[in-house]
Amino acid sequence: MLEPARSESLSRDALRLSGVDKLYDGRHAVQALSGIDLRVPEGQFAAILGPSGCGKSTLLNIVAGFEHATRGEVEVFGEPVHAPAPDRAVVFQEPALFPWLTVWKNVVFSAELRGMPKSSYVDLAREYIATVGLSGFERHLPDQLSGGMKQRVGIARALLMEPRVLLMDEPFGALDAQTRLQMQELLLSVWEEQLKTIIFITHDIDEAILLADIVYVMSARPGRLSFRLPIDLPRPRAVDLVTDEAFNALRRQIFSEIRGHD
Amino acid sequence: MAGSGETAVVPITKPAIAAGGAVSRGAVAPDEAGAGQVPRGVSMSGAERLSRNRFWPAVPQAVVVPLCLLLLWQFVGALDVIPAGVLPPPTRVVEGWWTWAFGNVGLGLNSYSGTWFGNLLFSSQRVLEGYALAIALAVPLGVMIGWNRLVARMVDPTIQGLRPVPITAWLPFSIAIFGIRDFGAVFLIALGAFYPIVVNSAHGARDVNRNLIRAARMMGATPRQLLFRVVFPSALPAIFTGLRLGLGVSWTAVIVSEMVAVKSGLGYVLWDAYYVGRMDIVMADMVSIGMMGFLTDRILLLIESRALAWKQRSGS
Repeated sequence: MLEPARSESLSRDALRLSGVDKLYDGRHAVQALSGIDLRVPEGQFAAILGPSGCGKSTLLNIVAGFEHATRGEVEVFGEPVHAPAPDRAVVFQEPALFPWLTVWKNVVFSAELRGMPKSSYVDLAREYIATVGLSGFERHLPDQLSGGMKQRVGIARALLMEPRVLLMDEPFGALDAQTRLQMQELLLSVWEEQLKTIIFITHDIDEAILLADIVYVMSARPGRLSFRLPIDLPRPRAVDLVTDEAFNALRRQIFSEIRGHD
Repeated sequence: MAGSGETAVVPITKPAIAAGGAVSRGAVAPDEAGAGQVPRGVSMSGAERLSRNRFWPAVPQAVVVPLCLLLLWQFVGALDVIPAGVLPPPTRVVEGWWTWAFGNVGLGLNSYSGTWFGNLLFSSQRVLEGYALAIALAVPLGVMIGWNRLVARMVDPTIQGLRPVPITAWLPFSIAIFGIRDFGAVFLIALGAFYPIVVNSAHGARDVNRNLIRAARMMGATPRQLLFRVVFPSALPAIFTGLRLGLGVSWTAVIVSEMVAVKSGLGYVLWDAYYVGRMDIVMADMVSIGMMGFLTDRILLLIESRALAWKQRSGS
């Protein structure tokens, strides 16, 4: 039923970056990204792994449309990216929920923006809130929730947008280890059910291997994709995979690659 | 995370902001840890319970100093060091106030008799009008300044340039233009309240968390939706800070302008009573002004706590 490493050539590209550079002007001009080429086929879970400050968030922001590439092309399903749009949902590291809105209102925000009739999204919103395990918390405010719960709201909100690509910017980076494991399992089960295209930014090697179909390792100054590693671990996966020998082999491979570049 | 139900409301201290100064935000955050630390089942003392009420600060402690001042004032009056005509003791002030408030109008030599309520209404109405005008102009303009760089570049320098001119300096201008009429006072109140409201609104709109803007944009928000659904609610706490400062300025402005530019209201009576040597009325008038300022601030605080209910709930 689930094909772990789907053949890239057969499916169509959800995301294509070619020759993307990003320069920040100013007194200390910084080349954040240099010559990024990236193809993510539809339905793939791609992790971009790199140390902090390597430009991986910049890369995500460019795909999201928050920032613009200095050079190069960015296409989502063949269409050039100009601005943020609901076909690319973003899950932020800091959950970026509206503190004056309840969990429910935060989740259905996008539907309300679009002026959709209530009946068209209420059931789906309930379902996604249940998926992320927040049933019963609909009337809570974000600041009454723990960090992990806030991030669950962020995921439910992104899912309700029914995006074609899900962009996740170190979504579990600020969580404690135990909560992070729970969230990773949640994401695995959501992804394995929906098979959405996901670009997942992380600095955590284990997280990248555990979740992704393919891991791109990024090096810093200037940020470039230095290495790609398909993850052929069988799915469905669970967090105890981390102790697996195959997992450790992949981890060693990434480690040696990172050392080689530093 | 503690549920909202079991934790008590913690009084929120507002950041102190000078009308002209920078706004220090973040100080609004209530003590997070404190709320949960009262052991359950342990009863609190009366004072503690009172101090938890944001609207009526702990009454027993609060009245000690005013009572001492009143006693001192009465005592000094009884000593006859300062003539009672200059500093009437509290008892005489209360007497004068009583006649001012409840005496018959238009009879006898006491021209103030029975006019207190009317004058209070005159002043309140002017404050209300001027303040409403200030809000209607300053909130939208402030939010636009904070939100739109072009508006900021075009309008902000003018506002910053005019702001150092105190409202008292506008008095002759106001009288020359509007004459000795109601609108002169309303103009000054609106002008005085305008500055703190516009500055704080702009600050609030400028300080919106960038990720909230991004979140709304990726969900497809139009610029208009962004303004009304994200920027405005984000700025609301700062806007309320401006509203409270503006209200204070409004009461100052109404008194000043009534002293000079209008022939009614608490400010007019204040100056008039001083001229005819009725210091008891002067003192009673001062207390009346203070009461009105306090009362209107409490009302505003009540509105704020409704509008920003999410802030208090999330604080616990």
